[in-house]
Amino acid sequence: MTTTSLSIGRVARLTVLSFGALIFLAPYIFMISTAGKAQSEIFSSSLWLIPQQWSYIENFSKALSRVSMSTLLINGVIVCALIFVVQVVVAIPCAYAMAKLRFQAARTMMVLVMIGLLVPIHATALPLYVAFDRLSVLNSYLALVAPFSISVFAIFLFLQFFRAIPDDLIQAARLDGMSEAGIVVRVVVPNAWPAITAFAIFSVVAHWNDLFWPLIVVTNQDYATPPLGLLYFRAAEAGDDYGALMAATLIITLPLVTAFLLAQKRFVEGITMTGLKG
Amino acid sequence: MTVLSLRGIAKSYGGNTILKSISFEAEAGEFIALVGPSGCGKSTLLRIVAGLDHADHGDIAIAGRDVSRVPAADRNIAMVFQSYALYPHLTAGQNIAVPLAMRRLTAMQRLPLLGSLLPGQRQICADIQRQVDEMASSLKIDHLLGRKPGQMSGGQRQRVALARAMVRRPSVFLMDEPLSNLDANLRVHARGEIVDLHRRAGVPTLYVTHDQSEALSMADRVAVMIGGSLLQLADPREIYDNPSHIEVARFLGQPKINVLETRMDVSGVVRFGGLVLAGENRSAAETPVMVGVRPEFVRVRADNGGMLRARVERMEFLGSEVIVHTRLDAIGGAVTIKSTPSEAASLSTGMPVGIDVTPERVMLFGRDGERLAAKPIGMMTALETANG
Repeated sequence: MTTTSLSIGRVARLTVLSFGALIFLAPYIFMISTAGKAQSEIFSSSLWLIPQQWSYIENFSKALSRVSMSTLLINGVIVCALIFVVQVVVAIPCAYAMAKLRFQAARTMMVLVMIGLLVPIHATALPLYVAFDRLSVLNSYLALVAPFSISVFAIFLFLQFFRAIPDDLIQAARLDGMSEAGIVVRVVVPNAWPAITAFAIFSVVAHWNDLFWPLIVVTNQDYATPPLGLLYFRAAEAGDDYGALMAATLIITLPLVTAFLLAQKRFVEGITMTGLKG
Repeated sequence: MTVLSLRGIAKSYGGNTILKSISFEAEAGEFIALVGPSGCGKSTLLRIVAGLDHADHGDIAIAGRDVSRVPAADRNIAMVFQSYALYPHLTAGQNIAVPLAMRRLTAMQRLPLLGSLLPGQRQICADIQRQVDEMASSLKIDHLLGRKPGQMSGGQRQRVALARAMVRRPSVFLMDEPLSNLDANLRVHARGEIVDLHRRAGVPTLYVTHDQSEALSMADRVAVMIGGSLLQLADPREIYDNPSHIEVARFLGQPKINVLETRMDVSGVVRFGGLVLAGENRSAAETPVMVGVRPEFVRVRADNGGMLRARVERMEFLGSEVIVHTRLDAIGGAVTIKSTPSEAASLSTGMPVGIDVTPERVMLFGRDGERLAAKPIGMMTALETANG
């Protein structure tokens, strides 16, 4: 970066941005702070950001010992990974067909996708619950993953992206002897990484943080996802031990924060999604 | 030997007729340019030949085999696209290898890692690599093999696209305006290269372009398509000198052919200024006809002579030639003349001039645009016409 002088405009911009960042980060900073405080200090009337007595070790060991944190995290990884993989595997061929192939049902499918975008999970939760109960698959990874296997959002996102892939490229691939499946695997997917990364953020963040659906289908702690585990932790173990609770929360938000920090550049690229250049 | 034959290809999209029964044949080693204004259906025709689009009617045969229902991949046709359509995620070398790998390797052998363990895979891959290298060196793109399309210039991409199309030895070669994305200098240079490549490959080539000079300079035969019809297919000289339709005459040639409307009397004689033509067709009544003459067969003279009288409207100096735009005194029609700088030196805007045409190069077209046979039977100067 070149040396830039601090002009008035730049200072003003940075001030506004820093202020915004502070507002958004405040709860998280407060959480980090609380995770290091002892019970007595949390409930004292004085409010300090920096703990007067450092109780991080105590709180973290409580969080780690009273609840099986590793099971929660592994469950979170398994569920998020399964959901993401299945969503991508289903949505990419579907979006490819809708974007690049001409067939009768294309318009109807487009309408269905739009309708799908409008229906929230809460509307279908009850019928799904009843169905899973009848099938006796409650308390399983299947129950956690299956409702999200078809993501209309993914189809929609990929559809927009695939439309920008030049037709010539697809036709060249056909002339080179690729089947339609071959085109998806060899031409479309390698060029769709920005879209896939962007979708990965939405999908993984949404399902890592999801409490609603796991709360409905999981009662067995062995299948609890991180937010659900946190809920059990608060109800059964921690009570009003907010220090330990914040420590546990810190642990389960850590994977996402680390992932974002490591792949920050790619994520931003993915979201801005500069189209495909031949 | 006929390699490619098209019979009665017709296509329409939602009521719009794009192609109206196109038929022609291409010999082995022939270079045919499909030329026409944009929207004339030439690219659609190319895509139908490639199998990327399907005709509503008609048959396509390659080397005697009917391929109308054969999918694109099995027709053994190579195509160079206007946008080059290189795979952006592969290097130039990998791009060129794709068509070979797709044909020679089985699905199992193409798998990453596992594929390399299968018997014979290594041998085939080495063979493909050797062919890619050969192709690259013949096109002088060896140094580009490791680069991705995004890191190459337009001309380099175009060569890689050519290499990818040629490497598998197709039975027909299709090109869809492959030079239109290059800058003017490179384009003229690339013309020669493509013709060279075509000679070496000896495969019939269909070359779509909207640039008439490309068509005339490169092709063995030029097919002029206008409004979904194939109006004329002939060698460049024939199609330029003897267009069968007024649209063909208008499309080819720069500046455009001069077309003037007049009438043919019952005996089939057409008088135009001092020019008298005898048409072979006779009709019961006087019929409107069009007279066409190319700008290079019109001469301007500053004296009082000439078959027609006109006035200079505008002059364009182009270095080796001067284009003189004139308007006829009698009927107000515009006549463009290709003149030399020395001839044009004495002219100025607004000046009255005389115009002469080379009688043998005057063409007669009917009202429907079809060419009518005619021969000149007399010439008079404008002065004589006025008196007689």
